[in-house]
Amino acid sequence: MASKFQGVDFYQTDGLLSEEERAIRDTVREWADDNVIPVIGEAYVAGKFPMQLVPGMAELGLFGANLPEEYGCAGLNNVAYGLIMQELERGDSGVRSFASVQGALVMYPIYAFGSEEQRKKWLPQMASGKVIGCFGLTEPDYGSNPAGMITVAKDTKDGWVLNGAKMWITNGSTAQVAVVWAKTGALDEPESIRGFIVPTDTKGFSAKDQKGKLSLRASDTSELVLQDVHVPKDAILPKSGGLKSPLMCLTAARYGIAWGAVGAAMACYDEAVSYAKQRVMFDKPIGGFQLQQARLADMLTEITKAQLLCVQLGRLKDEGKSTPQQVSLAKRNNVNMATDIARETRRLLGANGILAEYQAMRHLANLESVYTYEGTHDVHTLILGQEITGLSAFN
Amino acid sequence: MKIAVCIKRVPDSETRVKIAADGKSLDEAGVKFVLNPYDEFAVEEALRRKEQAGAGEVAVFCLGPAAAQETIRTALAMGADRGVLLSVDKIPADPLESAKVLAAELKSSSWDLILFGRMAIDDYNTQVGTLVAELLDLPCVSAVSHLDIEGAKGVAEREIEGGIEVVDFPLPAVLTTDKGLNEPRYPALKGIMAAKKKPLDIKPVQPGTGTLEIAALTPPPARKEGRIVGEGAGAVGELVRLLREEAKVL
Ligand SMILES: Cc1cc2nc3c(=O)[nH]c(=O)nc-3n(C[C@H](O)[C@H](O)[C@H](O)COP(=O)(O)OP(=O)(O)OC[C@H]3O[C@@H](n4cnc5c(N)ncnc54)[C@H](O)[C@@H]3O)c2cc1C
Repeated sequence: MASKFQGVDFYQTDGLLSEEERAIRDTVREWADDNVIPVIGEAYVAGKFPMQLVPGMAELGLFGANLPEEYGCAGLNNVAYGLIMQELERGDSGVRSFASVQGALVMYPIYAFGSEEQRKKWLPQMASGKVIGCFGLTEPDYGSNPAGMITVAKDTKDGWVLNGAKMWITNGSTAQVAVVWAKTGALDEPESIRGFIVPTDTKGFSAKDQKGKLSLRASDTSELVLQDVHVPKDAILPKSGGLKSPLMCLTAARYGIAWGAVGAAMACYDEAVSYAKQRVMFDKPIGGFQLQQARLADMLTEITKAQLLCVQLGRLKDEGKSTPQQVSLAKRNNVNMATDIARETRRLLGANGILAEYQAMRHLANLESVYTYEGTHDVHTLILGQEITGLSAFN
Repeated sequence: MKIAVCIKRVPDSETRVKIAADGKSLDEAGVKFVLNPYDEFAVEEALRRKEQAGAGEVAVFCLGPAAAQETIRTALAMGADRGVLLSVDKIPADPLESAKVLAAELKSSSWDLILFGRMAIDDYNTQVGTLVAELLDLPCVSAVSHLDIEGAKGVAEREIEGGIEVVDFPLPAVLTTDKGLNEPRYPALKGIMAAKKKPLDIKPVQPGTGTLEIAALTPPPARKEGRIVGEGAGAVGELVRLLREEAKVL
């Protein structure tokens, strides 16, 4: 049995957390030690999301944990929510992705843009893990530029008819429900984008697993095809309107990713430190050589900075003061630093670093997806560039 | 079912403890403290018994410093109804003194069961539970790894050298819980938030000094480096020979 994960706390950032926040973090940490770590290497190699984890995650209250208790959620603040994401991603980005999609990309829009009936119908079932959701925004030809989407929803007298295709959809083939974004007006009218709640057993809806992934393997990623999918009038999310709505979902999910990346980075750092102390080469532990010490010092520095960034961002979010640009900065910085740390750990481990038995290469490969989804690193650079100069460099 | 569970705040087994400058105590700086793992079995068992009975109360009692409120809240987060901190600056070194304070508090109510962990992982005394039973004049089964209760009668199993001992006992009783009794639950996140709102009484107590005094604490001697005898099936013979002749363990 591997020893329990201790986390990294060089700057006493624990002192910035309340007793409840720490207790929540420690509980999820222990749960991940007991449930994720023992199975994840195998799930990753098999290319399957470890579905058996879902009931336990639901029982703890991890899905939509920052949404209100009246809908069966845990009603936590955003710092506690972030700590949950951190601990899940310390296990694996695929497990955190599952929770991010369920909570921030499906439950959140139903909560934020849905009617009271939609909230009551879907949120408790999703919090309890009985219903799994997916979020369909990206299309084969519209990734970084979702405003260009060509999936359409037509208003007919007996409901909406959806046509189009979505790609790279996490949980797409396992979900019972999809939040699908489509244009209700002309293709050059991104302001006509609306969200729809589509049960995945609706006629004309199909999902196919995307094969051959070398990253985020312990997560299901699918292509969705919507061919004359009829849904009732009340399938529309009434308060959604324009590209702004899915972007708000992305901001909510990116916030969790900024924390999650710290978890992946800590897992790698932890592995690097223990390996460096144990592996003897040229008659001494490799941790005793300056080159490896420089690696470790850089890792600790970057993790500490990212931790402080997250706590402050979380406090701002709890006060209702955080901006999407601040979230972009955190996602961009933290995912990039985590990818660097995973790569350096992989290298520090020598040949062992390429094995699934160790964590670094799995995290490294995962983080390449995280680097790309939820706004690529480049896109966040452009968001910040626009914030700084007032000039858009997107097109 | 009215159940009292006595719990202790102990250093996490994963933390590296340092001996303080006085050479007789632990340096608590930077040490993470947790609910004693054996007490988790006791809390879990109490919660299950109450859930099965459909009614009752699970109250937790902790003798410890102010910081042990956090330990009590861990048990409340798991589902206990209320907590009592018997507040001291320092837990007495003599387990009998701890037992006296706990017994005095427990006496003021009647309980169907009083549960303890088999031992605390800090001092390994394995004494407080059984001492409390003696002071309260209640039957006691220690190191329980399986438990059946029917009405006012219980049957407990305890693992002993080379077998299992089965003990019948009447309720009320004091039990100390061992590994294998159950699988303690994770506190649900909602439970963690709810714990803050549950009653937690703080009662200052003055335990006696007792007859035990800690003279010194020393770390265990560094382990000698291991030796690899060989690899594969061919090495077995040599390994057995060394275990028999050198290590003398076979
Ligand atoms: C594992 C995984 C899971 C995913 N899950 C989901 C999901 O659940 N739901 C969902 O809707 N989507 C999901 N996605 C899709 C993801 O959000 C997109 O892949 C992402 O937005 C990038 O789009 P793209 O892949 O089409 O890349 P492109 O947009 O084609 O980008 C290609 C490259 O060009 C760069 N680029 C693009 N525009 C500019 C510009 N203006 N200036 C400079 N450089 C630019 C990008 O940074 C990138 O390097 C997932 C993706 C992955 C890999």
